[in-house]
Amino acid sequence: MLAQISQWFIWLNQTTGINLTIVYDSYDRGRMIDGFLNTIYLSLICLVISVIIGVIGAWLQRSSLKWTRRLVQGYIQLFRNTPPLVQLYFFYFAIGSLMPKIENKYGIMQPILSNWDWAIISLSFFAGAFNVEIFRSGIEAVPKATVEAAESLGFNRLQVYLYVVLPLAFRVCLPALSNNLVNLVKTTSLAYAIAVPEMLYVANQIWSDNLNVPEMMTFLLFAYVFLVGILVWAMNRLERRLQLPGYGG
Amino acid sequence: MKSRNSVAKPTDLPVLMPIAERLTRGRGIGLSYDIPRLQLRAWHGLFLLGVLVFFSASAWAQQSPDHPATLAQAFIRWMPLLLKAFVFNIVMSFLAMSLGTIAGVGLGVMQLSPTRPTHAVGWFVTQFFRNAPWLVLLFFCMFLLPFRFSVFGVTVPFPDWIKATLGLALPVMANVAEIMRGAVASIPSGQWEAAHSLAFSRRQIMFGIILPQCIRRMLPPWMNLYAILTMATVLASIVGVSEVMTQTQRVLSAENRPEFIVPFYAFVLLLFFVYCYPIARYTQKLELRYAVRD
Amino acid sequence: MPSETESGSVTAGKSATAEPMISLSNVHKSFGDTEVIKGISFDVAKGDVVCIIGPSGSGKSTLLRCINALVPIDGGSIRVEGQEVHDANLDRLALRKKVGMVFQQYNLFPHKNALDNLMMAPIKVLRQDKKEVRERALKLLEKVRLSGKEDAYPGELSGGQQQRVAIARALAMNPDIMLFDEVTAALDPETVKEVLLTIRELAEEGMTCILVTHEMGFAREIADHMYLTDRGVIVEHGPPAEFFDNPKDERTRSFLGQIL
Repeated sequence: MLAQISQWFIWLNQTTGINLTIVYDSYDRGRMIDGFLNTIYLSLICLVISVIIGVIGAWLQRSSLKWTRRLVQGYIQLFRNTPPLVQLYFFYFAIGSLMPKIENKYGIMQPILSNWDWAIISLSFFAGAFNVEIFRSGIEAVPKATVEAAESLGFNRLQVYLYVVLPLAFRVCLPALSNNLVNLVKTTSLAYAIAVPEMLYVANQIWSDNLNVPEMMTFLLFAYVFLVGILVWAMNRLERRLQLPGYGG
Repeated sequence: MKSRNSVAKPTDLPVLMPIAERLTRGRGIGLSYDIPRLQLRAWHGLFLLGVLVFFSASAWAQQSPDHPATLAQAFIRWMPLLLKAFVFNIVMSFLAMSLGTIAGVGLGVMQLSPTRPTHAVGWFVTQFFRNAPWLVLLFFCMFLLPFRFSVFGVTVPFPDWIKATLGLALPVMANVAEIMRGAVASIPSGQWEAAHSLAFSRRQIMFGIILPQCIRRMLPPWMNLYAILTMATVLASIVGVSEVMTQTQRVLSAENRPEFIVPFYAFVLLLFFVYCYPIARYTQKLELRYAVRD
Repeated sequence: MPSETESGSVTAGKSATAEPMISLSNVHKSFGDTEVIKGISFDVAKGDVVCIIGPSGSGKSTLLRCINALVPIDGGSIRVEGQEVHDANLDRLALRKKVGMVFQQYNLFPHKNALDNLMMAPIKVLRQDKKEVRERALKLLEKVRLSGKEDAYPGELSGGQQQRVAIARALAMNPDIMLFDEVTAALDPETVKEVLLTIRELAEEGMTCILVTHEMGFAREIADHMYLTDRGVIVEHGPPAEFFDNPKDERTRSFLGQIL
């Protein structure tokens, strides 16, 4: 079956010149699958970290200390109003150059943080800046009266947060959060610039080897739209599942 | 809570979701907002410059005798080049925004068409270009457009930066179309009914009644999109266009001074911040004003 | 019969001699520069039903919130079963277990169904046994005539039904005192009746109740004692018959004149 498909794509190449090596060439196929998985892996890790940054940031923004709030605001505005690519370069080239180097197991000095690490850090902080605002507005959207009702039932502060505020805030946040996650998946392609072997980087390698730019380009576009489509679908499902019965539809 | 489902479509660009929507959504369930925001004024800019000078000073302190130029001197030497390159970024952003907006309005009208195939094509193109990464679209245009083309025997060169601008205009187009669709959807159906009852044609209703009302709603997300686009112009450095990031990297390799890396990259961040932050502030102000008036 | 001292302290109700369930003395509360409660004192005996009426903004709702320690007071004292409420070392949990509160806007938890709304606090706060709480919650829903609505979410219930769930939710904590803050003000006229019926049954069972209300007819029927507050002070009080038929203060007369 697989052999037949490969055969057909080889035939396609010979007759039309449409050269999709990622289907019939096992080496290219392996690279592309790795790239695809790396994109997913990078997205997932950054997703988790950025959500954590968002929760902590939203919590810090409700701090009573003026300078804590200002610091968080400064972080948000800085990361929202500067290009993510320059942020990535700043982390990788500028801060990375100040980091100490350590000796790896082959005795070669290498930076303490790899390009992977920097991509994760940079993208997480970028997406996290948006998440802070998203979560904060979600928490603010929980009516004060509902919190009061919970207090009148004897819940303590933590319990009010855990059982009432966060479950409601999360629902309010979901549409904006899923938008941000979509954006995050798209932004992972920037990691290309610091040679993280994600989808775009691998595609670039493949088209350099095989000179099949149009094919790889088209494939890339569809692969990203596919990834984003899956994410949107999953978030929509989650949203529908968490929808408060009796409110909208 | 009802309003949020109609306002925030799950596929919206995050950065495109204006605060006004969150506000109106919030008001739907009856609560008060107080959003603390960063209020930067002119002296904050001076402060940021001060930070830069501080960086320069610290780099100067580290300076060893065999490296004659101080950071301040290097900045003075390269500043004209970098600023010129940044102006180039802004020129690209203006061009891409104009092209993208014109194409986007066309695409938006297509999406709103009552004819099914037209609507479907408009919808597909919009979704496709909105959900593809900007960098990939940029690559797409860089590699797949010819470097020159012939019109009636005259060969017109097609330089890289034009291709890059087109590549940036594609996602702008899709996002403008989406902004327009959202704005039209937010006009109450009563407006359509009232206009129909007055025997206006569909075209008349669209261009004479609905779209004029939409412009106000479209303005904040459109400005937001512009800020995003401006920040995306640095992507052109990856494909070799001589914009500010490219030039900075060239300067750094010419100077070959590791201690300059942090201040020079910080300078690029600062340039964009100084340009984009006021836009973001003004967008917020507009959103709030509209949210209150609606 | 009520006796009024110089400071405005009032002792009222059937069992004025026993230790009062709730005792307010000279309570003051300001929000910023506006003083909303300017020295209110009264006692409520066990089993009494007290109705507070008055123009909006006269501090009635704030007073209820103070009794439940949802809002701190600025001066005076509030004692519930002998325990000072505004004491830094107050065990809030113990107080709120004793005092149940029902709000104008129901304030049910929209992400939990009716039964879970009732069960949440006893399980999470009082750490009671889940099965036992469930049985009690089902009985309470039956008591407020909402059997069969266990699985309905607040958004799927009418205002009157939501308000009865809210009453049952407060009762699930087995309180000694119930505070009702304009519980019918947000309801449709048809559903007001069912909520009032529930409250009446509670009062008849001997629950100590404080109601802030605009339902004059209902107050007259159910109350043991009426209070009229205006601009942060008690203007007039007395048993309902006397209070309604023979008001002494001019402000009471004009207020009742507007309402009735």
